[in-house]
Amino acid sequence: MLRFILTRLSILIPTFIGVTLLTFAMIRLIPGDPIELLVGERGLDPARHAKLRAEMGLDRPVLEQYWHYLTGVLQGDLGKSIVTKQPVVDEFFTLFPATVELSICAMLFAVALGIPAGILAAVRRGSVFDHSVMGAALTGYSMPIFWWGLLLIILFSGILGWTPVSGRISLLYFFEPVTGFMLIDSWLSGESGAFKSAVRHLILPTVVLGTIPLAVIARQTRSAMLEVLHEDYVRTARAKGLAPWRVIGFHALRNALIPVITVIGLQVGVLFGGAVLTETIFSWPGIGKWIIDSIHRRDYPSVQGGILLIATTVIIINLLVDLVYGLINPRIRHRR
Amino acid sequence: MNETAQSMSGLESAQAPPHPLREFWNYFRLNRGAVAGLTFVALVVFVALFADIIAPHDPHEQYRDHFLEPPVWEESGTWEFPLGTDAVGRDILTRILHGSRYSLVIGFIVVTLSLTVGIALGLLAAFFRGSFEALVMRAMDIMLSMPSLLLAVVIVAILGPGLFNAMLAISVTYLPHLVRLTRAAAITELSKDYVVASKVSGARMPRLMVITVLPNCMAPLIVQATLSFSNAILDAAALGFLGLGAQPPTPEWGTMLAEAREFVLRAWWVVTFPGVAILLTVLALNLFGDGLRDALDPKLKR
Repeated sequence: MLRFILTRLSILIPTFIGVTLLTFAMIRLIPGDPIELLVGERGLDPARHAKLRAEMGLDRPVLEQYWHYLTGVLQGDLGKSIVTKQPVVDEFFTLFPATVELSICAMLFAVALGIPAGILAAVRRGSVFDHSVMGAALTGYSMPIFWWGLLLIILFSGILGWTPVSGRISLLYFFEPVTGFMLIDSWLSGESGAFKSAVRHLILPTVVLGTIPLAVIARQTRSAMLEVLHEDYVRTARAKGLAPWRVIGFHALRNALIPVITVIGLQVGVLFGGAVLTETIFSWPGIGKWIIDSIHRRDYPSVQGGILLIATTVIIINLLVDLVYGLINPRIRHRR
Repeated sequence: MNETAQSMSGLESAQAPPHPLREFWNYFRLNRGAVAGLTFVALVVFVALFADIIAPHDPHEQYRDHFLEPPVWEESGTWEFPLGTDAVGRDILTRILHGSRYSLVIGFIVVTLSLTVGIALGLLAAFFRGSFEALVMRAMDIMLSMPSLLLAVVIVAILGPGLFNAMLAISVTYLPHLVRLTRAAAITELSKDYVVASKVSGARMPRLMVITVLPNCMAPLIVQATLSFSNAILDAAALGFLGLGAQPPTPEWGTMLAEAREFVLRAWWVVTFPGVAILLTVLALNLFGDGLRDALDPKLKR
């Protein structure tokens, strides 16, 4: 197991360096003067330009600049936002919990519905239920989620009036964030109705962001389950006279879940991509919306830092998924 | 004697394998969903080719007396604008019909670009193992560590918003899968006898790559290309929706949705129809792609 972890880690480092190279190059690839981009002012006078150039170390050789950037990054220095003048790291971690909360809820929604739906579809293969689940899954997979969000707003906010259109909680409530997770904070605040308001704000974004993972998980569970149900050991378990739910729920499911977990891990990256769209539709104050707003505001240090942090998060999550995968499936661990 | 010879030849003709395309079609048409998908895709192609003739209006014409007119079956709807008009009085049906052109062109260009570069890099990595291969595959890993939509957003941020840059960005994000697929398939083929035979008989590197090995790697690539086609349409629409793809007043479906966003609670039709167009087109392509995969996958053949 240790050897497995070390191999994974040794792949991680070059990948991280590659990502920093990419974000480092980004500022230099954008057309225009990097100093004007980084300061956010146009038409600087030459003296100030030269001074800033020296201050930022842009008059040094590129390699030295990169080294400076990399050591800065490792010490948590990702520059300052042009618009708010705040360190990018602070901005990111203020908004990060909102995205994490939304992503976790979306994933729970997808897993809670997708796995049972996939199992049932496999067990009743060829039935009407199977066909409707697979039809719905393919539709979900083909769904432009930004449009799906707008449709749900029309139905549930416009016509039925059940859910709010945007934000994380009603403006009536105000309390200091403790964890950054609105569900927990609103619960802790003790204000009556605050928690309910947070939940109502969360429902539609959760459904929208969870739709594609839900479709993928349902499809994957069904096909993995179908494969496992043909195995000899399942037949043996049935022949022993075990109750069908025991055979399916314990014997078959345990092995069927292995590919499902891989797919869930792969969906984490998809979730971050989807968060950009979902947060934009629902004005959810998370990092997805922040990145897009930063691009539109030409706040390049924020874009640069945000991309680096998101990529790092995804790399770490992928590593964790790999490790969990190795833990539950010895065949992977022992393969070179 | 004569009789046996005759029955033998009869047996042979019965066992003669059908033409590969014919065989493929026989498997493919059994899948009703796939055939339905193919039919709808053909319809979209038809609409895109003849949008000028079919569409009742000009996609950019603004009818100043008809802002946000509802579709024909609503109370105040008219046949003049079957699916209603948008906030500046343009006919939505016309814009959707014209939008099919953008979606097909986007899909086509993205698939061509990413397939060409992906195959080239994958083949080179398979043939020149060692440091070149390591470099390419590492670069692909880095690209995979970034959510693909986000990577596309970053590239557009570097190049500047616009339809062409969006297509370029999306093509880049599809590279890793294609490179990996090509490389893996090519490495499997390279160890086979026919490649060795070709080498021995003096085939040079380019011939070996393109003529000997590549055709045998195509099946998974074709499937991936179909799926990339539908993903490209979705991603381009998403970039358009974020204001980073096609710019208004282009009648691209995602851009239309972005323009319609503020009217979501006032005029449902402005928001609904472009999305229906995206969903149906992507769904049809995915059904088609699934059918293609099943028909090309020898493991599933009975």
